[in-house]
Amino acid sequence: MSARVGPILLLLLAPLLVAGDKPVLVPDVSARQVQIRYSFNGAQLLLFGAVVYPGGRPPDRQVDIAVVLRGPYQPVLVREKQKLGGLIWVNADSNRFRSAPSFYAVASSRPISDLLDERTAAIYELGIHNLQLSPGGGALPEKERRFEAGLLDLRSRRGLYAEDPHGVEINDGVLYRAVITIPSQVPVGTYTAETFLIDRHKVIAAATRNIQIDKSGFELTIALAAKRHRFLYGLTCVLLSLGLGWAAAAAFRRRF
Amino acid sequence: MDIYLPIAGQSVNALFIVLLGFAVGVLSGMFGVGGGFLTTPFLIFYGIPPTVAVASAATQITGASVSGVMVHRRRGGLDLKMGTVMIVGGLFGSIVGAAIFRLLQSTGQIDVTIGGLYVLILAWIGFVMLKESLQSLGYPRAAAPNKPRPRHNRWVASLPFRWRFHASGLYISPVAPLALGFLAGSLTVLLGIGGGFILVPAMIYLLGMPARVVIGTSLYMVLAVSAATTMVHAMTTRAVDIVLAGLLLVGGVVGAQYGAMLTTRLKPDYVRLALSIIILLVGLRMLLGLAWRPDEIFSIEYL
Repeated sequence: MSARVGPILLLLLAPLLVAGDKPVLVPDVSARQVQIRYSFNGAQLLLFGAVVYPGGRPPDRQVDIAVVLRGPYQPVLVREKQKLGGLIWVNADSNRFRSAPSFYAVASSRPISDLLDERTAAIYELGIHNLQLSPGGGALPEKERRFEAGLLDLRSRRGLYAEDPHGVEINDGVLYRAVITIPSQVPVGTYTAETFLIDRHKVIAAATRNIQIDKSGFELTIALAAKRHRFLYGLTCVLLSLGLGWAAAAAFRRRF
Repeated sequence: MDIYLPIAGQSVNALFIVLLGFAVGVLSGMFGVGGGFLTTPFLIFYGIPPTVAVASAATQITGASVSGVMVHRRRGGLDLKMGTVMIVGGLFGSIVGAAIFRLLQSTGQIDVTIGGLYVLILAWIGFVMLKESLQSLGYPRAAAPNKPRPRHNRWVASLPFRWRFHASGLYISPVAPLALGFLAGSLTVLLGIGGGFILVPAMIYLLGMPARVVIGTSLYMVLAVSAATTMVHAMTTRAVDIVLAGLLLVGGVVGAQYGAMLTTRLKPDYVRLALSIIILLVGLRMLLGLAWRPDEIFSIEYL
């Protein structure tokens, strides 16, 4: 227990301890909870906040901010099609990734490559190409890279992975804001919004907020029913189709 | 108008789905096919996860066939006995189909198997139907000597235990429709189709059933097997999306009524010709899908 509380306490006290010489981030999000209802067509989240500098005065030089919104991690299997015998395309090869985020969007005030060197960006997983996907199976690095590129490309085009190099707006070096768009096909779960304050190629402050994305109302009822009462749910579907079919037949009966 | 699908986990244009259901419903009522062979590919193309597409299409097929069955039954176009024999075969077939499906899924070869089977079956049936319908319309001008086609297929006639099927006016072994039902049942699970487009020609050409009862009987069989498939999917894959199925149904049941209405106004030979052309086109499209470089080389599967 104490082993767990220790780091948490330290984390909580950290701003107080370093308040003397380092700036602190005060982040917030426009919605702590996103409810998926029948009309859910994706959402736009506003990630905003302020930078509190020691002594209350922003530095003369420009500081930069990067925000990251990340969905729950899922293990995935990526399959690759190859042409077989010059005739048909079949799934010929596959590679496993143990920790691919289901959603990943990064926005920054300047392109990531201008803000941080490659190693630091990789440590903080800033930028789509710096995601640590943990490929499994001991494949050749060349093959891993190919599958990784395939996964990133597929998810980027679906809007699940996004990178906006000018997505963060900073006012007077103190207030910042970024808009991140979530497509409708994201999975439910706990999302984390991370904010990084970057100064002279170093991350000097970071803060995290959680966002809960959940189905609600009718959508939640159906999702739960399909999971918990499988037989009744299936029966309801069959009865619905029989009922609608019968109703249409009855309604049209007079026509012929 | 966008509506969120709770099981598929994404939003779709409701109007598009209803129209898709309607178009498939018209075909269903006209030809006695479930229309799954059109619904499923369209839904997948639209971006719905394939398992959800297959499972929800099965639900829609049930609804589209129920109104068709009622219309045809009122006109005496339904051989209840023959249909029931086929359903028994179909239920066994769906169990076997589910086992094959799981095996192929685990090796990642399910899509190419589905594509390959579609091409073979569609090409075979399409060509047979096209030839027959053109001949009966008298198109090969040099009219071949009108050799009367034997009423019964030789193999079917050689099977033992004959039963009398009054509505079809047949005296054949129930083993043949039982086997046919088994085949259709396994294909329902495997390919996400009702199997009607295989049943209809097989009932005409193999069993020798009169065209009058073929469509109603086929719809009756499709109705039972698709309802069973919905239950199987609800219990195992949990991929039946009731909102998606409902949208498809609203269009589908109305379409089926218009389809059945059209059947009575059109010459059966033309209906058969049209169906054979549709089947060949879908088969051609699937063949190109296998041979052309696919849009997506990579696909993601959740573990």
